[in-house]
Amino acid sequence: MDRKAGWAKVESGIMESMASLTEDSATAGGDQGGVRRRDFINVAAASFAGVGAVSVALPLINQMNPSADVLAEASTEVDVSAIAPGQAIKTIFRKQPLFVRHLTPAEIAAAEKVPTSELRDPQSLEDRTKAGHKQWLVTMGVCTHLGCVPLGAAAGEVKGEFGGYFCPCHGSHYDTAGRIRKGPAPTNLMVPEYAFTSPTVIKVG
Amino acid sequence: MSFPWANEYKPSNAFTRYLDERLPLPRFVYNAVGAGYPVPRNLNYFWNFGVLAGVALMVQIVTGIVLAMHYAAEGTIAFASVEHIMRDVNAGWFIRYAHANGASMFFIVVYTHIFRGLFYGSYKPPREMVWHLGLVIFLLMMATAFMGYVLPWGQMSFWGAKVITGLFGAIPLVGEPIQTWLLGGFAPDNAALNRFFSLHYLLPFVILGVIILHIWALHIPGSSNPTGVEVKSEQDTVPFHPYYTAKDGVGVAAFFLLFASLVFFAPNMLGHPDNYIPANPMSTPAHIVPEWYFWPFYAILRAFTVDFFFIPAKLLGVLAMFASILLLFFLPWLDTSAVRSGHYRPLFRKFFWFGLVPCVIILAWCGGAPAEEPYVIISQIASAYYFAHFLIILPIIARVETPKPLPNSITEAVLANHAGTKLQPAE
Repeated sequence: MDRKAGWAKVESGIMESMASLTEDSATAGGDQGGVRRRDFINVAAASFAGVGAVSVALPLINQMNPSADVLAEASTEVDVSAIAPGQAIKTIFRKQPLFVRHLTPAEIAAAEKVPTSELRDPQSLEDRTKAGHKQWLVTMGVCTHLGCVPLGAAAGEVKGEFGGYFCPCHGSHYDTAGRIRKGPAPTNLMVPEYAFTSPTVIKVG
Repeated sequence: MSFPWANEYKPSNAFTRYLDERLPLPRFVYNAVGAGYPVPRNLNYFWNFGVLAGVALMVQIVTGIVLAMHYAAEGTIAFASVEHIMRDVNAGWFIRYAHANGASMFFIVVYTHIFRGLFYGSYKPPREMVWHLGLVIFLLMMATAFMGYVLPWGQMSFWGAKVITGLFGAIPLVGEPIQTWLLGGFAPDNAALNRFFSLHYLLPFVILGVIILHIWALHIPGSSNPTGVEVKSEQDTVPFHPYYTAKDGVGVAAFFLLFASLVFFAPNMLGHPDNYIPANPMSTPAHIVPEWYFWPFYAILRAFTVDFFFIPAKLLGVLAMFASILLLFFLPWLDTSAVRSGHYRPLFRKFFWFGLVPCVIILAWCGGAPAEEPYVIISQIASAYYFAHFLIILPIIARVETPKPLPNSITEAVLANHAGTKLQPAE
């Protein structure tokens, strides 16, 4: 308490001497509400330096974002004509595995039979495929739990309890629509942005 | 900054007198870690570990700078350049094994140092700032060690980077842009490897800077001691040099004995064989594990398996893992007992040795094990205890415990241990 009072005394002393010093300028610049020309200069100088610092910081932060050559690989074309029903291929999209799977009618029926209300991440097969191309399931081959590559795309790999994909790291089971059915993964396998550019070619990204 | 009876630096020759008037660096060293720093006379060997941590950091900086002369941070040749160090560079195998095992030694020493602080109440006033700066060093060490493990670009490097940066992806809304920004791409690749190398080189020097602050903050109240009773008179202290330089020398010798036995006889014991397989983004190792010193935190991360109030389990795990360390920043206000040392706190001591210590060891054991039963349920119980220990048990103990009577001074405590000794001033 003593200290506070002491500071207040010092402060008022400084203000008094300041006021006497700036008396001349006050008459010239106008002294409304105790704002002095020096205050304006201080605020302006600090703001100017601040804007300068931020404008230099932006490129320094932005350089961490993906560079042009990384972004140039951000879209991939896949020819799906050679994939027979029941088969899948593993390819690369944005340096990560991409699964393209040709579903059999039985697999489509199995995926459609499940009521979406029972699912952890409710989505129907229609939501996860393109209209008129229900047999093509295109998903990232990245488990939504901790990013491992699930098994089930290549021939002979374990497909899990629901016939889709199985992640060996922590035991997540995905069904034939790539939806999470059992295990720790929180969401379905991600469906990237893609479009059919011809009946047998898709452009991902 | 120091006690009034501290020895004063006296330059001994013309050169040191000349220097003392212009750049009093010898005076600074003399007052910091020389005969000018009075230290409680009763420190036990647990008080060695601060100096040992400094030694470990120096080993890492020296071996690291040498390794950087031969290593190439480029995705296609990083793995090969590490093999080049192992096979072609003169004594390269020795320097790399020393660096890899040096990291383990650093963590062994720092964990002992932290648990010393936890047992003897070193975090209590007036040393809260010492504790906080120590935690900052610990966080920086974890970041440095993680990025260093990525550099050899083996399978564990790659998948470790993917899992750990994936943690940031769990943050709602901004998570994925942050992850992409951290990696400079959509998955770990050249950009990530390069920036990790840059930061891995930088951070040890940041750690060095924070260590200087840590020691500065420590030297204001002076070192704590096993009784937790503050220094009262000159009798309670001895000069740091030669008393503790000599005692620490014994500890440093023991440190290098253990270090050398790891480097020369079991250099890969603490590593993972999968990291000798080059990084492959298309194939995941069956069992991704971090280095041993991250196991307790990895166990907490994986202990959350069900969603809670719309918060996904994955995000909960990430929050809990960070909270398990950030929690320690609040420790000076959670443990409100006025008695520092665990020696005089019967209840606290029981929960420390039979609660906290086994809990962290069990978490470490679960973190290194595959994510399946019974490890999941065990790590859930242990994680729950870990948080309860700090948030519930410690505050309650502080209220209900009757501490044992404290000695009147450090000297009295020392003499009680050696009945028959006469009181005489330290020389």
